[in-house]
Amino acid sequence: MQLNVNGNPHVIDVEPDAPLLWVIRDELKLTGTKFGCGIGACGACTVHLNGKPTRSCILPVSAAANAQITTIEGIGAQGLTAVQAAWIRHQVPQCGYCQSGMIMAVSALLAGNATPTEDELGAAITNICRCGTYTRIRAAVASLAAGGAGGGS
Amino acid sequence: MISRRKILIGGAAAAGTLIVGYSLWPDRRRAHADRLAAKSGERFIAYWIKVADDDTVTVVIPHCDMGTGIFTALSQMAAEELDADWSNMRTETAPPDPLFANGALVEGFALSHAGLSRESVPAFLQGSVLAAGNRLARFADIQVSGGSSAVSFTGVYGIRVAAAATRDMLIAAAAERLKAPRNAFHTHSSRVIHSPSGQSFRFGELAAAASRLGPSSRPNLKPKSQYTLVGRAIPRIDIPTKVNGATRYGIDVEVPGMQFAAIKISPVFGGQLVSVDEATVAGNTGIKKVIKLNDAVVVVADRFWRAQRALDALAPVFSDAGNAQLSSNTIRERHLAALDQKTRKPEVASGAEPGGRAAECTYHVPYLAHAAMEPVNATALYRTDGTLEVWAGSQDGLGSRAFCAKAAKIPIDKVTFHLLPSGGAFGRRLPGLLNFLSYAVQTAVALPDIAVKLIFTREQDMRHDYYRPNVASRFSAKLNPDGMPGSWVNHYTTTDDANAEAAHIVYDVPNQTYNAVKVVTPVPTGPWRSVEFSWHGFFVESFIDELAHLANRDPFEYRRALLQHKPRHLATLELAAAKAGWGTAPAPGRARGIAMVECFGTIAAHVAEVEIAAGALKVHRITSAVDCGLVVNPDGFRAQIEGAIVFGLSAALHGEITIADGAVENRNFPDYPMVRLADCPAIEVHIRESDAPIGGGGEPGTPAVAPAVTNAIFAATGQRIRELPISKHELTAAG
Repeated sequence: MQLNVNGNPHVIDVEPDAPLLWVIRDELKLTGTKFGCGIGACGACTVHLNGKPTRSCILPVSAAANAQITTIEGIGAQGLTAVQAAWIRHQVPQCGYCQSGMIMAVSALLAGNATPTEDELGAAITNICRCGTYTRIRAAVASLAAGGAGGGS
Repeated sequence: MISRRKILIGGAAAAGTLIVGYSLWPDRRRAHADRLAAKSGERFIAYWIKVADDDTVTVVIPHCDMGTGIFTALSQMAAEELDADWSNMRTETAPPDPLFANGALVEGFALSHAGLSRESVPAFLQGSVLAAGNRLARFADIQVSGGSSAVSFTGVYGIRVAAAATRDMLIAAAAERLKAPRNAFHTHSSRVIHSPSGQSFRFGELAAAASRLGPSSRPNLKPKSQYTLVGRAIPRIDIPTKVNGATRYGIDVEVPGMQFAAIKISPVFGGQLVSVDEATVAGNTGIKKVIKLNDAVVVVADRFWRAQRALDALAPVFSDAGNAQLSSNTIRERHLAALDQKTRKPEVASGAEPGGRAAECTYHVPYLAHAAMEPVNATALYRTDGTLEVWAGSQDGLGSRAFCAKAAKIPIDKVTFHLLPSGGAFGRRLPGLLNFLSYAVQTAVALPDIAVKLIFTREQDMRHDYYRPNVASRFSAKLNPDGMPGSWVNHYTTTDDANAEAAHIVYDVPNQTYNAVKVVTPVPTGPWRSVEFSWHGFFVESFIDELAHLANRDPFEYRRALLQHKPRHLATLELAAAKAGWGTAPAPGRARGIAMVECFGTIAAHVAEVEIAAGALKVHRITSAVDCGLVVNPDGFRAQIEGAIVFGLSAALHGEITIADGAVENRNFPDYPMVRLADCPAIEVHIRESDAPIGGGGEPGTPAVAPAVTNAIFAATGQRIRELPISKHELTAAG
């Protein structure tokens, strides 16, 4: 099976129903994408599938075979994205474990809607951050909206 | 256990004697430290501080990074005392060796301190391992990140002093070189400068000579007025690698040839593995081994998902250890019955003036899980030569190393423990809560010479936690005719020998009585962010609110009247009230509640503003005022309070672990909901500095959240929430 991850083709030999998350982490050794719940409930494993935010822990790898997959390692490969820079500016992460997924989800949202309202942001970003960095996420997104700089991969 | 408070205040008053503990670090220990943790060109000059030839200063931190920003804050404290250039500062995690243990610090302190026994260790070091007795024997093996202690204890009593000693030694080396008196030198920007001539040396040039000098017995600590780095919101050093996926947590470790393990532990507490039909998975792709442990079954495979799927296909049979009838409801009833037994006699009237009103109220809180985002996990490699190597996130590196040695039945010097960052912890990775290490080591021993990464699924993490206990509290009080309390009687249940400090009120109330009733159950419990304060804060701050309403007083004014003897508390409470607009009318449909809790040396007062619309509660805003004495990194500290508020709010609104048929019912996040972006209130944190000894940052924001919200609900609806979580109650807006 061939997977396109962060612009690179990879040939992998796994069961078609292996979860994409574990293929990314354990076959491709891209460990920035995290395991949180295994049921698509927390968002720590969020990657982009053709630009769309996708919870990779419940996606069979076969469903991603012909897609462009982007992980946290991919979005900033050419230097920090606006979202990552805003995350640093607002000192968002604490433990940081959920932040890969959070940044991927927010980047995808902003690519389609550069100026989300607080309600739109809350509705779109349902990722869990146990450290409770939500108010800083809001501030970081608001600063991006104010600056007109979107995220995106 | 007033001991903790005593030791901190004593320490602040007697810093000179404390320092003796550091100066007792003999040369051979320094040489040992160099062997353990110094690279070429680096040398330890004093405890925890390495200076390299190229001027790099490395602070060796005896804590793990679990997201609280302590690597930055501790580094700031060291750079401040050293006058080191911030760009030269680096950090490293201390090796899990007794040389870098908390114990060395406390021992040095306690021994030099007349009037304090060796038992008088701070409460945060008295973890569950210590409660079992034989405190000192285990004391040496502790390297805890807990009790909000990193800055307030390690920083204040350890790293700051070590850095000051290092600076003195660099100055001494320069003085020797120029044959000039030491007091002719000052330091600035990683240089020692001869003040009269302006001649200067880089720290790196002096490091070798300085390391041969004896550490000063009384290093010169900078007065607060000269601080230039401490008190500044320096960006956290750990954040850049947390926005690009580069931080390697325990779960990300890669060891050559590594295999993966999934585990299913007996769902019923105390249950043992009776049988498992391995044939079900034999021959499945990648399966290496099915390991039968006493109370669990482990599947090892070449990939985690293969191990997990094979495990799901197994149908292990476990015994119920006689706990099949256990439920959180019956446990709750046992706690309430224990209170009934203690409070049968009316105790309300004692001491209060006749004629006032009386109140008796009972409160209850449920079990809670830690549910950190990184499920607990550990990677272990047991070699047939009798050595063991373990990689994991833990809140106690040295304690974990000792624990793993015991689990593998080998001496501690055969164990290498790699302490890695944790994706949250909140108490879950403290000593006494290390089941994930135990299972990982047992797995490794069963598969020698192969590294195995054992990962708990979310379900295993949630169902095999050590829970914040399910406890109850009953108060009675009688008001004097003026409405102020004339007595305060509090009976509460505990699950172990809990820290009694947490129940004691700061309010000026005469005739206080406290009584703890121990209720033992087979449910494993453990410290959870803010520990006992998480429940006593809710109990006390609810009851004082009830008394205010009984007296027809404004709850803020009522507390103020009872805090006239505590200026620091009073000022913090007043700041929160002022910033929240207390006394002004909130927006239509909204109401406010206030609460304040002091713990770990920090006072946090919160005002919650809530609305109940169509039966649904919306917490709009939490305004917080916090006094932690001196704040090292205001933005990092503020982030901790913000996070602690969200943590407390998740628990207050939704948090409840339930037990039925002897097992935890919750399985994953949908059964254990927490606050997400959409329902996170606006949070404002106002920091108030005072001359108090520096307080903790990680935990103190949590306890006052639940009572602030339930007090606001009362203000909005007249409904008094006496049992958490709030989601159990139907709320109706006042008509």
